[in-house]
Amino acid sequence: MTWRVADVVAVHEETPTARTLMLRIPGWQGALAGQHIDIRLTAPDGYQAARSYSLSSAAGAEFAAVSVELMPDGEVSPYLVRGVSAGDQLEVLGPLGGWFVWKPTQPEPIRLIGGGSGIAPLVSILRTHAEAGSTVPAHLLYSVRSPDFVYFRDELDALAAAANAKVTIQYTRHAPQGWTGTVGRLDGARVTSWAAETAPADGGAISTYICGPTRFVELAADTLVAAGADPMSVRTERFGGA
Amino acid sequence: MGIVTPGFFGKRREADPHLPPGQYETKDFPVLSAGPTPNIHPGEWSFSITNESGDVKRWSWDEFQALPIEDVDTDIHCVTRWSKFDTKWRGVSLDTLFAEVETDAPFTMAHSYGGYTTNVPLEDLLDGKAWVAFEFDGEPLDPEHGGPARLLVPHLYFWKSAKWVNGLTMHETDELGFWEVNGYHAYGDPWKEQRYYYDS
Repeated sequence: MTWRVADVVAVHEETPTARTLMLRIPGWQGALAGQHIDIRLTAPDGYQAARSYSLSSAAGAEFAAVSVELMPDGEVSPYLVRGVSAGDQLEVLGPLGGWFVWKPTQPEPIRLIGGGSGIAPLVSILRTHAEAGSTVPAHLLYSVRSPDFVYFRDELDALAAAANAKVTIQYTRHAPQGWTGTVGRLDGARVTSWAAETAPADGGAISTYICGPTRFVELAADTLVAAGADPMSVRTERFGGA
Repeated sequence: MGIVTPGFFGKRREADPHLPPGQYETKDFPVLSAGPTPNIHPGEWSFSITNESGDVKRWSWDEFQALPIEDVDTDIHCVTRWSKFDTKWRGVSLDTLFAEVETDAPFTMAHSYGGYTTNVPLEDLLDGKAWVAFEFDGEPLDPEHGGPARLLVPHLYFWKSAKWVNGLTMHETDELGFWEVNGYHAYGDPWKEQRYYYDS
């Protein structure tokens, strides 16, 4: 596998600070839900910078999609969120990663917990789940600052309307008008109650995927393990320092 | 060199000889783990080396702390492209541990609490190249970063420096560990950019 030149076929503003890029990659044969690609930028003097981005597109999608959050001090994300336009070209490598992935052949229910831009690979899983017509229950718990910062808003509403998928949003700072749920940082009690609500009635196996900032993932994963989850059934992707 | 990205200039202008290809420097210490962080109390921690005959040499936490402890100042390089310079660790050299083990097997598998594994050739663990580290920056190693103790093999990508390590097993052939089965390179030399399984 080598670096390939991808065409940016469309850009979509997800939030005031994040954007989805749709990429046409020559020879692209899809990915596994949850995988990532590396994107590389090259300056006129040959200087290069590369970063990894989770795919948000469904496994079999014709175009690979990445959803990039602007890191104010970042080197690559400012260009991808503010600089790039449809018709531009980028170098990409992938798909990559074999652990934080979901396959429609998995028989067990799935739980997804995302914080902020950590939603991206989880939406890839939900999209893949929907497109495959999977009948296993899928539950998403999405922690996000305020309504303006919700990625994939319309699609999450549509996915949540499906019989075997359920989306729960936890607003950490501001909720929409008329919101009746709680507002505040996701805490252990909230994760525990959501885990109890989403546990299989038969007490059977369940797989959990958690993606978000390090502190968020640590809290969610520790809480689930304390509540009895098998640590090997909990897959995590963290970003940021600790 | 790939296609030039119009309008991209990047931050770093000077080539840094400490930075392997495709890496960038960070001052943070990002956390990357496949699953939840195991919570291992030093009192329940032990480290063992099992040779190819099945003989086990085991150290408890207290026995381990009684071994010669070295200060290590090194750069580390994560396969996810960050590098961190001049990190300061304390730990026991693998040379010290292997002095008490009889083995002719050329390959090791590191094992961790939580079930993770990674494969490292024995020669990459000897001659002052690897430690079992339990302090970072003057403090006990945080669980997120592998505490109470992790392998430290800084000349390879950092996933080889197995967190929550509890032992090594010796092998005649090079078998693949957890991350290596899941798409990462069998050896992982950052200077050759051996990130993924298909990199030469």
